[in-house]
Amino acid sequence: MKGQKRIKVLMAMPALESHTRGLFTVASMFRDAGMEVVLLGNELPERIVDTALQEAVDVVGISTYCGSPVVFGRDLLKYAEDKGIKKNTAFIIGGIFPPKDEPTLKEMGFCGVFPPGPGATREKIIACVEGAVKK
Amino acid sequence: MKLVNKILRGDVGAASRLMKDIEDEAPDATDELKKLYPHTGKAYVVGVTGAPGVGKSTLIDTLIKVFCQGAMKVGVIAIDPSSPFTGGAILGDRIRMKYFSKDQSVFIRSIATRGWTGGLSKHTLSMIHVMDAMGKDIVLVETVGSGQVEIDITKIADTSIVALCPGGGDEIQTMKGGILEAADILVVNKADREGADDLKLKLEIMINRRIYSPDQWKPGVFLTQASNGAGVAELMEEIFRHKDFLITSGGLRANREKRARIGLHEAIRSYVENYISEKIANNTYLDNLISDIAERKTDPYSAVSEITDKLIGTTIK
Repeated sequence: MKGQKRIKVLMAMPALESHTRGLFTVASMFRDAGMEVVLLGNELPERIVDTALQEAVDVVGISTYCGSPVVFGRDLLKYAEDKGIKKNTAFIIGGIFPPKDEPTLKEMGFCGVFPPGPGATREKIIACVEGAVKK
Repeated sequence: MKLVNKILRGDVGAASRLMKDIEDEAPDATDELKKLYPHTGKAYVVGVTGAPGVGKSTLIDTLIKVFCQGAMKVGVIAIDPSSPFTGGAILGDRIRMKYFSKDQSVFIRSIATRGWTGGLSKHTLSMIHVMDAMGKDIVLVETVGSGQVEIDITKIADTSIVALCPGGGDEIQTMKGGILEAADILVVNKADREGADDLKLKLEIMINRRIYSPDQWKPGVFLTQASNGAGVAELMEEIFRHKDFLITSGGLRANREKRARIGLHEAIRSYVENYISEKIANNTYLDNLISDIAERKTDPYSAVSEITDKLIGTTIK
């Protein structure tokens, strides 16, 4: 019974998103990979961070396609820094946004960035999360 | 500052980290719980159980709101099932709990059952202790969606609410043993749906069929619509009416003892289990016993006596 450590992920999306398919699909992938996934849905960056703090998650996953991943990501990571969870939490983001945003998002602190394309597969997303948590 | 002091001051990050250690069964967690325990015993524990999809999470969301309006600090432990196949879990209660308190006086924690049955998770009681020590006035515990026999919640809650919604079967269902017998308050949620009044009536008939002595609590049936909050203020009043009843009847003290008993049993069980897995299961002793049992050289019943004698024979007898 001992050592039942499991990766815990918080899945959320910016407040004005309306499509849940991406979020639910990735959440199910994580569940099938043996992780515990807290579904939050649409939220503001502050509340996503507050929730991550209360839930003591290892990973925060953002699904977005409303067109402002950089602005949203910056706010999110700033609050995470303020609340002291940025260092010990892995942040990943995926959805429909221009691949040219990828370097900016990575520089900001997202360890996994998944714009549309061959990079966003089940294996790659899960490997990214597992690798980030091990660190 | 020490972790315990931080938690006593209501520090969310500290409490959250300890809860994680408790769930992961980190060795230090028990020591921290030892230090916290003297500061617990103040929070009032309300359990909410019922079948999947009746609206437990939404009901809790509206309860959080009315408790907060009453200037109470609220903790929520929301439990969802782990997959028996992969061990993963979707913790999907919190997505319904949108009531926002800016001062972080509402602390919601989602946990997975991790193989535990009975409607709770193995560490629910310890989680309650942490929220209690943080200074929460009310701790709401949402069980996994349960059917008939998952009544563990009634062993640890002061007030147990069983939520139902229309469309769940006929009168025979209300006559069966199990969870309906264990409720302190029955809620018919989604009361705008057809059949709600009928279900309320059937539940009241069920209650009236039982015999209550004057000093016994008789459960009431309440109609709610959690999605718009209708009936939830009345539900809160009933929770406090039950609390007052427990205080005057001595039931609150009995509940504390009940919880202490469960906590102790659980701690012993967990200790023995760990002891077995560390000290016995890792050598050939069990393998030899198993092969002896398979070959009928001994039987499982004698083998158990042999093991338990080894475990506790020298210390307790």
